[in-house]
Amino acid sequence: MIREVYITETNCITPIGFDVAANIKNIMGCVSGIQLQHNLQLMKTPFYASIVNNEELNMAFSKISLTENYTRLEKMMILALNPIVKESKLDTKTGFILSTTKGNITALENPSSANFKKAYLSQLAKNVADFFGFKTEPIVVSNACVSGILAVSVAKRLIQSEMFDNVFIVAGDEVSEFVLSGFNSFQAMSDLPCKPYSKNRNGVTLGEATSAVLVSSHKKNAKIKIIGDGSINDANHISGPSRTGEGLFRSIESALAEAKINTNQIDYISAHGTATSFNDEMEAIAFNRLGLENVPVNSLKGFYGHTLGASGLLETVIGIQSVLERKLFISLGFYEIGVSQSINIIEKNEDKNIRYFLKTASGFGGCNTAVLFEKVK
Amino acid sequence: MSENKTYIQSICMIQNNEIILDGKTILKIEPTSFSDFSKKAYQNFDVNYPKFFKMDGLSKLAFLGSELLLKKEIGETKENNIALVFSNKSSSLDTDVKYQKSISDKENYFPSPAVFVYTLPNICLGEICIRHQLRSENSFFIFEAFNPAFMINYSNILMETKKADKVLCGWVEYFDKEYKAFIYLVGKEGDFEHKIETLKTEYNK
Repeated sequence: MIREVYITETNCITPIGFDVAANIKNIMGCVSGIQLQHNLQLMKTPFYASIVNNEELNMAFSKISLTENYTRLEKMMILALNPIVKESKLDTKTGFILSTTKGNITALENPSSANFKKAYLSQLAKNVADFFGFKTEPIVVSNACVSGILAVSVAKRLIQSEMFDNVFIVAGDEVSEFVLSGFNSFQAMSDLPCKPYSKNRNGVTLGEATSAVLVSSHKKNAKIKIIGDGSINDANHISGPSRTGEGLFRSIESALAEAKINTNQIDYISAHGTATSFNDEMEAIAFNRLGLENVPVNSLKGFYGHTLGASGLLETVIGIQSVLERKLFISLGFYEIGVSQSINIIEKNEDKNIRYFLKTASGFGGCNTAVLFEKVK
Repeated sequence: MSENKTYIQSICMIQNNEIILDGKTILKIEPTSFSDFSKKAYQNFDVNYPKFFKMDGLSKLAFLGSELLLKKEIGETKENNIALVFSNKSSSLDTDVKYQKSISDKENYFPSPAVFVYTLPNICLGEICIRHQLRSENSFFIFEAFNPAFMINYSNILMETKKADKVLCGWVEYFDKEYKAFIYLVGKEGDFEHKIETLKTEYNK
């Protein structure tokens, strides 16, 4: 008998709040973290991004530690984990997963040998793990933009395999010159705050955030149950999604098969919606191929920008609140449908009972992940 | 879980200018750079896939090892549900450093999308999936060192929950001219049991 797996704790650190309640309050008020940034260190022209305020970050961190030896990203990750790890017993059956795409990549800007060591993702994981005293070796998931949601699926699978009973996940990425210049070189950056699925969308807005959850085999305090997942490659192109959405289509099919539910039972989709022309179009095609075109769907990129390795987990945390608070949140930045096949974009905050919730993401390398959740009775 | 035994069906090791497949040296050349070595390997095995030359070192390394293991596995007619579970220590740091150099001088700023795309370790999985048309489970992990306990638990649960028929597992480490690939295929049949001790011994050969 395969074990049942739940998410029992959640938290997030974002430009619109340092806990889940503050984030939900701002989402309800349509307050976005995206602002025009004038930062010559990051980019020579002004650009839109969703960035955590340094003073607020340092203030919050000083309340839990007086050590200054942590990078910005490490502080954000520790802050996300702190309230949910604090009370827990960390033993050899407690795993720790860290999800990120670029970690402390800013360490390469000043490549002294001590600094260079920080750029290793295993070092980042060790620094965060040691703060809390985890007893098991950290597992780093670095799988482009699906990392955050893939980490949920990895945690679930490791609990099913009985390697662990509990797994803490932290996911995070930072806005850096490295990533900004890279997306810019692809001409994939929006000149205005991103507009997922809209007619005049022209690319991503980058963002930064961290998010943390506790995945557990114990039902006590469960916020939601994880009932199926899939993470299937397009096998098509390394820097663009499949035109037919093949990998996403198959990832969702795989999750549905495991969960033993039908497409018509899904009540809400928290999609990827980066606001690039190809990504949003691909998702609309995949959802239509599955008959999911009438299911309410949103992208939270209009609130947070694309937070890379954090996004999948952050959006899961917000999605769980949708289920718990019986609310569909607005897909901020959406104006007029701009994908070739119709999908049911959530245009205003509204009440809805949600039993089954689907989270999806797609990324470079042709990767896709879908995870299905069920409300706990 | 894991009452069902799994087996290591084939192993490919690439290090020190040598490729060993199932215990036999199939290519060994005089010490040279990885780019030269990988080109000679490409020619030696008649790979015939020009995209290979656009890849970064990590992708070339993962690609070559997978090529040798999957050549005999992949059927033309049927779909192959072979998952990819790869890991390393240095992520894509070798290409990250190269990309960082392209943006470190404001007077000579030349970020390239062709380099940037390889600043993600999972790109090598995409390359392998495209080559072998594997629309299958894939994930990339980072550890301080090869982690057989994790690899066994994760690959076995993929097969047990029917997410994959077989799993291609790999440690593909590439940084600053140093490289090591230890790639192996795991399935439900075979003679060579998939155990931590076996993986440790084979990895350290």
